[in-house]
Amino acid sequence: MSAGDPVNYGEAIREGFVYLLETYPEVFCIGQGLWSPWYVGNTMTDLDQLFGRDRIIDTPVSELACTGAAIGASLFGYRPIVVHPRMDFMVLAADQIINQAAKWSHMLGGQASPAVTIRSIINRGGEQGAQHSQALHSWFAHIPGLRVVMPTTVQDARDLLISSVLCDDPVMYIDDRWLYERTAVLPAVTERPLEDEGPKILRHGQDITVVGVGHSTWLSEQAAQHLEEEQISVEVIDVRVLNPFRSDIICESVKRTGKLCVIDGGWRTAGMGGEIIAAVVENIESGVLKASPVRVTLPDAPVPTSKALEDGYYPSVNDVIDAAKKLVRHG
Amino acid sequence: MRRDSDLGGLADPGRFSEPLEIAGNDAGTLLEYLRSMQLIRCAEELIGEMVTEGVAKTPCHLGIGQEAVAVGVASGLNATDRVFGNHRSHSQFLALGGDVYSLIAEVLGKADGASNGMGGSMHLYGASVGFQGSVPLVGATIPIAVGAALAAKMGGGQEVAVAFFGDGACEEGVFHESLNLASVYELPILFVVENNLFSSHLDIQLRQPSDSVARFAEAHRIQSRIVDGNDVVRVSAAAGELISRARAGGGPGFLEAVTYRLRGHVGPNEDIDVGVHRKMQDVNAWKQRCPIKRLHAAMAGAGLITPDEFDEQSRGVMSEVRSAVDRARAAPYPDKSTLLDLVYSTRARA
Ligand SMILES: Cc1ncc(C[n+]2csc(CCOP(=O)(O)OP(=O)(O)O)c2C)c(N)n1
Ligand SMILES: [Mg+2]
Repeated sequence: MSAGDPVNYGEAIREGFVYLLETYPEVFCIGQGLWSPWYVGNTMTDLDQLFGRDRIIDTPVSELACTGAAIGASLFGYRPIVVHPRMDFMVLAADQIINQAAKWSHMLGGQASPAVTIRSIINRGGEQGAQHSQALHSWFAHIPGLRVVMPTTVQDARDLLISSVLCDDPVMYIDDRWLYERTAVLPAVTERPLEDEGPKILRHGQDITVVGVGHSTWLSEQAAQHLEEEQISVEVIDVRVLNPFRSDIICESVKRTGKLCVIDGGWRTAGMGGEIIAAVVENIESGVLKASPVRVTLPDAPVPTSKALEDGYYPSVNDVIDAAKKLVRHG
Repeated sequence: MRRDSDLGGLADPGRFSEPLEIAGNDAGTLLEYLRSMQLIRCAEELIGEMVTEGVAKTPCHLGIGQEAVAVGVASGLNATDRVFGNHRSHSQFLALGGDVYSLIAEVLGKADGASNGMGGSMHLYGASVGFQGSVPLVGATIPIAVGAALAAKMGGGQEVAVAFFGDGACEEGVFHESLNLASVYELPILFVVENNLFSSHLDIQLRQPSDSVARFAEAHRIQSRIVDGNDVVRVSAAAGELISRARAGGGPGFLEAVTYRLRGHVGPNEDIDVGVHRKMQDVNAWKQRCPIKRLHAAMAGAGLITPDEFDEQSRGVMSEVRSAVDRARAAPYPDKSTLLDLVYSTRARA
């Protein structure tokens, strides 16, 4: 592959890993399946061959200890990346992420900070069911001290990984298998501090603001394209950084459009979708909104396996189109 | 023999391919073992075909080659016992007497399935035969089985709990916590490890300092047995002894059954999962240790089954499974309302 060729989202993640491992000897990766080509898609192919199995560590089935070990190593000069090939498995590491890493700096007086990146993958569909399909980003975004990022674009897949690993705080980086086929031509890497990153307008429009997180943003971009044909002009904003969450760009957009629709691939109750709407409502003058905000989310039920129920469970491009149209025309 | 193997010959693919030692075993029981293993093998082979065909989409982890563990353990259990499984549990469900039609319907996500079509291959339920649930998060049902044993002890009954899991699950913290609890409270539980020497692509020798997991039982002062998991007679004897002990109030038992899966980690392919260390040559050698073949050879050698009887039994099993597949394929999907109706128990009961 030469510079200028398009790469897909999965390859872009791999480019991020290669950049980090080549540039920073203190970076290493630890997690399940890192020597197997099928655990993490095409995102880490042959890294063990390129950088050695001392730096790309495939582990026993021990999520909690591996996460804790990465946190420990991060306190001694390393920048480890823990990989949980499925977000559901990462739940077993919750104590180390939530009670330890996220609080370490604060509870010890700001004198030590775990510069650890915890990568987890959302891997949905295919009748995998309740324990193999969850998108728990909202749950983790609730935790002060834990930065949470979700790349949607191919460039962010690479660049947010790099920013996450170079950040001195614990960061959860969440990618989504349903984005792996997106392609783009990427510029050369420029390192950017994660602290400077936040929501971004991916597409300008006047009639409605549609906000997405992760894969939902891609659905929103596709919906916006269709809606343009129906003379509806959609502004699409990608949240990118869920915690700490900054709402200013979204609020500015809503002031222009007067309408807000949020798309979130997580559950409805106490989710990121609700958080985004609340932040906007709190921060704009009453009267700016020309209609009640709307959110498109999962139904509040575990993921079913049966095809009959799985079809229709996840928000689709059509769901976004319908919600946006309704809001613009009748809202 | 592999270097550094604490299991010795049991982990050696070149050993234990001769007919089983069956002297002293009742012919009817042996015939039942054979039939049960054939049924499991046949069901999983047909499930595998449906995966290849694209009809079964839910991930299916086949235990082809490991049938003797479930059948041997089940021989010591009854329907009031409390059995829990993992991602590779078709064999346990069927060995306990679970209905093959409801298994296949579940794999196809149909309303008649063992879990009403809500779970698929990785989430099975068959309480009427003692199968209290299987789930794919590694290690998850081990403490739940401990709780089932705690309830049995509190209730003063004779029930025993059983947790089936793999060698990989022994790497999760909750496994160790569970063994400790079971031991310190002297609970009526049998931990059954199907040690197939692999966790997906990784050889146990790359994951643990020993390839034998019974050492953990010893650390928690739990009675343990290590057996050839492809020998249904030995599995049955060892499990039976530990189950009887637990039932009589003697506390937990731990059975390490050494075995090997003949298919990939997930799905029907006979591949090696791009395994780190798993070789086709080993897979082929383990085929010679096939638990069905070895029991059949022993029974044929002892004159307990004629070629005609064996053919007839095989055909009977095949037609039973085929008709289950046909029915399951034609069966309806769950009603859309179940998505929300089953989230909370009150709604399910209403
Ligand atoms: C908590 C958790 N971590 C990781 C996985 C991914 N996973 C599924 S099956 C499996 C292998 C487990 O190996 P073992 O317990 O030996 O069972 P086997 O597959 O060999 O039957 C792994 C790692 C999972 N399902 N759950
Ligand atoms: Mg195993």
